[in-house]
Amino acid sequence: MRRTYLLEIVMVAVAVAFLFPVYTLIALSLKDPAQISQTPLALPAPPTLDNFAKAWSAAALGPSLVNSTVITGVSLVALVALGSFAAYFLARAQSRLGYGLYILFLLGIVLPFQLGMIPLYELVNDLGLLGTHAGMILFYTGIQLPFTVFLYTGFIRALPRDYASAAQIDGASHLTAFTRVVFPLLRPITGTVLILNAVFVWNDFFTPLLYLGGSGFETVPVSVFAFVGQYVSDHGLVFAGLVLGALPIVLVFLVLQRYVIKGFSSGLKG
Amino acid sequence: MTHLTVDKPPRSRPAPAGRPGPLGRFSASSPSWLFAAPALVVYVAVVLYPAAAGVVYAFTDWSGIGQEMSFVGVANFLTLLDDEQAMGSIGNTLLLTLAIVAVQNGVGLLLALGVHAKLRSRAMLRVVFFSPVVVSPVMVAFLWKYVYNPDPSAGLNGLLGLRVDWLGDPSVALWSIAGMVVWQYAGYSMVIFLAGLEGVPTELHEAAMIDGAGTFQRFRYVTWPLLAPAVTINLMLSTIGGLKLFDQIFAATNGGPGYATETLSTVLYKQAFVFGKFGYSTAIALVLALFVAAVSLVQVYYLRSREVAS
Repeated sequence: MRRTYLLEIVMVAVAVAFLFPVYTLIALSLKDPAQISQTPLALPAPPTLDNFAKAWSAAALGPSLVNSTVITGVSLVALVALGSFAAYFLARAQSRLGYGLYILFLLGIVLPFQLGMIPLYELVNDLGLLGTHAGMILFYTGIQLPFTVFLYTGFIRALPRDYASAAQIDGASHLTAFTRVVFPLLRPITGTVLILNAVFVWNDFFTPLLYLGGSGFETVPVSVFAFVGQYVSDHGLVFAGLVLGALPIVLVFLVLQRYVIKGFSSGLKG
Repeated sequence: MTHLTVDKPPRSRPAPAGRPGPLGRFSASSPSWLFAAPALVVYVAVVLYPAAAGVVYAFTDWSGIGQEMSFVGVANFLTLLDDEQAMGSIGNTLLLTLAIVAVQNGVGLLLALGVHAKLRSRAMLRVVFFSPVVVSPVMVAFLWKYVYNPDPSAGLNGLLGLRVDWLGDPSVALWSIAGMVVWQYAGYSMVIFLAGLEGVPTELHEAAMIDGAGTFQRFRYVTWPLLAPAVTINLMLSTIGGLKLFDQIFAATNGGPGYATETLSTVLYKQAFVFGKFGYSTAIALVLALFVAAVSLVQVYYLRSREVAS
């Protein structure tokens, strides 16, 4: 038992050291410029909320939050729908076509997006989708499909076929068997798919900078990036902006964290 | 065993004979390929077609403006060989990836072993270590830019009493970038290892203990072999992530000081958007893609061969 106590002390100490950058972030966001230059490491005394009020309006975070929410939400729905349907075929197909398509999808995990970056920019431009939510949603759905298909296919392969077979003996079509019987069984992996894709889409920076820069539909990371560039020397203000920009996804994570880590485990174990 | 590994083709897998389910040997027909059609259309339009077009652009001198371009054969690749800055960025990319893969997975494994034990604070510790994963890499880079500032009274220097110019000293900057990436993603590796650890049956540990195996021996001969699938997926994800790394460098150093943190992804970005050499930029992207493909293939074949069925 003594060894468990010792391990607990070590792990808590590691966690405290690990949190140092987070302490810096929050402490500086609560300090005025004089405190930051004189006592950079100390606790804010007295703490001030001025930075937050100023950062909220200067970074135009309200509209960006709406943009990020719309783009992330619709992309997640499309990814779950397209990804689970495709994986059902890929996991159950007995043909070479099924295996070939599976490998084709896996290729997308390995390909760096930079290779198609410029042709895709042209395509989005030609379709008139530059600077729109629809363009970003199409992009995220395509770029995250390989990983989504990969997770779903592994999970479905480990599911017994009997449930769907039973439904089909009762006269259900493949479509009905999938939507009524199989899809509800995919709940654990759907949780993982939602969380991992939400984190990626919400936080992605470079593509929205390229596709949405100057459109008035900027997402949170792009707005924060522009804001930081503008107030680069005022660390209290910049850090208040970072706290506000990161807060939504961190709050979602803290509320769902039990499911995040459990979904992760079950997703990986299948 | 984990399913985050590339499965062999279904044909080469023997049917699970002798274990018919409750429905006997009945097996329904396979679902139609139309199930995969909508996903395939989006995937081809957004990923495959642009990547294929990128391969074509890599052999042109396209400037990014207008339709004017001509095929220049392998000229872009010859330029790359002569381009000291770009060649140096290949070395930086590989060093950075190696450092991230080694440290992130080492730390991730230690954290996983720590929070797998029955500690009172284990739930909270998991949340603490995983939290940075959910924050945008660009924002993490801005935070660390301050943590790494050269002022001896602030940030990491102030905490440790050092006088290091973490991002300004060319011999340190690349490792500083690796440090902030490891800080952000060690929790990701931890969770994947944790999923592997939770799949190790406790009876095996008990049996080994009865046989007199110590803590280290139990790890080496019981836990470690059964962690192989988690090792595979962790190494693959961190390698691919390291090779493609862009946002953190772009926000923290933009390749500097000098060319000390310039990697393939920052060089190809500058060639396209600063110098307008889109053909050359895509040629560098193609080299990056070949690196990622080669490393992934080697890892898949080598690591899978040492996985044991659990």
